[in-house]
Amino acid sequence: MKELFLALFFDHTLRTVAMGAAALGIVSGALGSFAVLRRQSLLGDAISHAALPGIALAFLLTGSKSALVLLFGAAMAGALATWLVTQIAGLTRVKYDSALGIILSVFFGFGLVLLTYIQKLPNSNQAGLEKFLFGQAAAIVEKDVLLMAGLGLVALFLLFLFWKEFKLLSFDRDFGTTLGYPMALIDFVLTTLLVLAIVIGLQTVGVVLMSAMLIAPAVAARQWTDHLGIMVLLAAFFGAFAGVAGTVASSTISRMPAGPAIVVAVSILVIISILFAPRRGVIWQRGRDYLMRQRFRAMGGKKNG
Amino acid sequence: MVSPQVEIMLIASVVAVACALVGVFLVLRNMAMMSDAISHSVLLGIVLAFFLTRDLSSPALIIGAAMMGVITVVLVELLHQTRLVHEDAAIGIVFPLLFSIAVILISRHAANIHLDTDAVLLGELAFAPFDRFVYQGVDLGPKALYIMGAILLVNFFFISLFFKELKLVTFDPQLAAVLGISPIVVHYALMTLVSVTAVGAFDAVGSILVVALMIAPPATAYLLTDRLHVMIALSALVGILSAIGGFGMAYYLDASIAGSMATVAGIIFALAFLFAPERGVVAGTRRRMEQRWNFALVTLTIHLWHREKSAPVVGKAYAIQELRQHLRWSTAYFASVVERAIRRGLLTQRDDYVQLTEKGRRLAREGHGMGERATSEPL
Repeated sequence: MKELFLALFFDHTLRTVAMGAAALGIVSGALGSFAVLRRQSLLGDAISHAALPGIALAFLLTGSKSALVLLFGAAMAGALATWLVTQIAGLTRVKYDSALGIILSVFFGFGLVLLTYIQKLPNSNQAGLEKFLFGQAAAIVEKDVLLMAGLGLVALFLLFLFWKEFKLLSFDRDFGTTLGYPMALIDFVLTTLLVLAIVIGLQTVGVVLMSAMLIAPAVAARQWTDHLGIMVLLAAFFGAFAGVAGTVASSTISRMPAGPAIVVAVSILVIISILFAPRRGVIWQRGRDYLMRQRFRAMGGKKNG
Repeated sequence: MVSPQVEIMLIASVVAVACALVGVFLVLRNMAMMSDAISHSVLLGIVLAFFLTRDLSSPALIIGAAMMGVITVVLVELLHQTRLVHEDAAIGIVFPLLFSIAVILISRHAANIHLDTDAVLLGELAFAPFDRFVYQGVDLGPKALYIMGAILLVNFFFISLFFKELKLVTFDPQLAAVLGISPIVVHYALMTLVSVTAVGAFDAVGSILVVALMIAPPATAYLLTDRLHVMIALSALVGILSAIGGFGMAYYLDASIAGSMATVAGIIFALAFLFAPERGVVAGTRRRMEQRWNFALVTLTIHLWHREKSAPVVGKAYAIQELRQHLRWSTAYFASVVERAIRRGLLTQRDDYVQLTEKGRRLAREGHGMGERATSEPL
């Protein structure tokens, strides 16, 4: 245990990766809270898949493999996907979940077409694009961490700045409209931040596991509190904790991939929260039911059935 | 001997139809994202079954995967039933966890066998014809065709045999329960089929594209018809079109076949989304415009009609400037409504005066009586 802590402080690679994962956990935990509260949990899944063609197109158009260019492409594609999902669900009888499924899979499929096309282009080395698919936490270098932390700070700053507006959007959009707030614009800003959070995470945990990073910390945090501020802080903490725990696990256990390890860590937090959280948790509820029955019986009530 | 190209198109079509058949019910039951969850979590079932049998071609793998698909559904429902988590969040927690466990198991214990996650996620249809089914030295065709063919038949017979039950449970679960058809049994039977189909299909097209083939063709069909059996047939047709069109595109671009199939399925959906008669965006916008004009015409005629009744002495003509002021419409809008009314024979205009025709009076009376209904009916 002691060596572990020492390694976390003194092993340069491990520290870099852990810091990257923690930054990702904080940003996705905080923004995921809003997605979960607004019942848009699976939107993150759709956005992360939809980012793939954006990454491929950015590379095709600019020929650059710089993380910032690729992330910009990913963010554009993610934003387009979100807009399309809303349009499909809003303008036709096709339901929201079907719209998500279509956009997610079609964008991803198109991204694959582009990737395989790029692969066969003469003298184009596409290595590096594919890490967005599955995530390569171990490949994170200091530069990536700085970029992630920078983008993350921007996202968190905006979250802080528009806190009241986002709260209004999440709990009573109609009330916000009557107060004269431009709710559509606020929705757009919040969704853009969500896209940003996802794009930051793609490199580390990959497409499939990104949705867990958004949803799980928020769901775990939700069980402990009814207060939005505390929930967002807790979710950020859970996300960071899982990020560090996962990277530490992957560095100490042989052949343990970091992305999945992070997801398992955060899922354990969810299970603990759902079982043991005071007041809301399953065990707490069961206990309360049991006490109520006891009291009822003591008062002379009959067992039912 | 059939060429590999034809074999690939055949396999792709069979996969697409098998997916479309179960996909129809996922789309109608608002469970589209369950296909995403199942198509990922079946990987864990395959891995666990592989650890038991140590044989990658064992049928136990399909059984294990199907069981894991059902377990996914059960876990999502368990989580949802605690009432602590919304259903979509429950889906988003369960499948990444199961998928992660599978990836960890593979990389720790099965790194040297051919069970890599790339293949599972992306699939490679181009290799399907190389895996042949050979019986007593006779080559009977690609194995994938037999596996998917069998799954397609199972889906087809299940849906034909239980068509009535599926329809009832989908559209009126309460009535189904009253009639003694358990929605839960039908639900799990359907989920088992989705799992089996996902396993069979992702070998060929990968898990994300299972989602594309299960959701996009049925959603396209959903925009084109109101009848369940037509929707099923149309979904199958769109699936086949996506398969063959996708193969053509992949061949032309020398790119991923599965990705191209999803792209073509998306293009077909986009066409239906925009141009479907009645339910498409263009038809919808046109209908709304039409309703707005009709409403304006009815308002105009009612206004004139009231005036005729209240002031018969003045004569039946109405100064056009006065009318505009009364209605408080902008000049341009007013002018185009009047022009439309004249063109439809509701008004006549002489100099600066307008007058209702008999047809215009009839519309006013109807519009007055029926309120909103008149505005939605064609004139």
